Amino acid sequence: MKLLSLIVVCLTGGLLLYGTADLPDWGDPNTPASLHLSKYYIENAIRDTEVPNLVTAVLADYRSIDTMLETAVVFCAGLACFMLLRDFTPKKDHYYRHVPSGVILHVKNPDRQIIAGNEFEDMDKEWLPPDTIIKTVCRMLIPFIQIYALYVVAHGDFSPGGGFQGGVILGSSFILLAISYNLKYLLKRVSEKFLGILSAAGVLVYMGIGLAAMVLGGNFLDYEKYAPIFGEHHIRALGMLGVEIGVGMSVTAVMVIIYINIVSEGKHDEGL
Amino acid sequence: MYWSINLVILVFVIVCALAAIYVKDLLATAVLFGAYSFMMCLLWAIMGAVDVAFTEASVGAGVSTVFFVAAVFRTSRRTKD
Repeated sequence: MKLLSLIVVCLTGGLLLYGTADLPDWGDPNTPASLHLSKYYIENAIRDTEVPNLVTAVLADYRSIDTMLETAVVFCAGLACFMLLRDFTPKKDHYYRHVPSGVILHVKNPDRQIIAGNEFEDMDKEWLPPDTIIKTVCRMLIPFIQIYALYVVAHGDFSPGGGFQGGVILGSSFILLAISYNLKYLLKRVSEKFLGILSAAGVLVYMGIGLAAMVLGGNFLDYEKYAPIFGEHHIRALGMLGVEIGVGMSVTAVMVIIYINIVSEGKHDEGL
Repeated sequence: MYWSINLVILVFVIVCALAAIYVKDLLATAVLFGAYSFMMCLLWAIMGAVDVAFTEASVGAGVSTVFFVAAVFRTSRRTKD
């Protein structure tokens, strides 16, 4: 079996390498893509969209329906993770730690909901005291990571970055919070409902911007039609910022949803 | 100058890829895969595709490594084969 799979892998790899021989060289000016398409974008993008970053102009304006459906794909990935992994069966064993004394209570099969007072902490089965150095460093780092993520989202049209990258960075700042403290600490701050609504709202913001342009008498996602409301100046850059914010919201929420569901096996209680 | 940096990074990419396949410890595989993504990110940056490099750094080297580590944490750390 191992030999067979090795042969299949070698054959596929050989075919792929054989196929690359026909591909144009990197940066070759005489390929069809460089002759017509890139030339048009390089010559007209600044005049059409007033956005210095060509990549964002292509992604969020010339090909914005493509990006909208990409956002929908990201949302579907989060939804699929939720559907496959989420487990709503209630937990049998509960552990509570009395914070002043450090005594741990183990409650088996409670027949009613337990409401722990302020002195008690709902804790994981494999509980370790949180490391002070890690906690302090992460607490100081996370605000800067989040500000940077918002910067990346907001400056997608001027510098590299955009909604997707910024959303991933913002999502990983929440994941860092869950890793440095524990999962419950994160879930106290961002609830599952909020994450679900945020992931869907991102896609809806994107589609809403497109549909509102239609209501104002233009094509789908034609940002020029917002000029009567927001003014002529940099109107396309403004429209791109709007859709980037939608992408960022969706991606942030989906990253956190996937992490929480994987790390707690869908139970949303214990985890890294 | 460029070609020598390119060569070093390409060698690192191939070493990381092969090591990620042959290492038995899945946690090490996750980390090696992150290193592989970071090397690819450097390659994109050298080619001038800064947006792609940014995406590779944040998604490939950042968040997907965390997902792999989380998956290893919930399954087993050793491979059978």
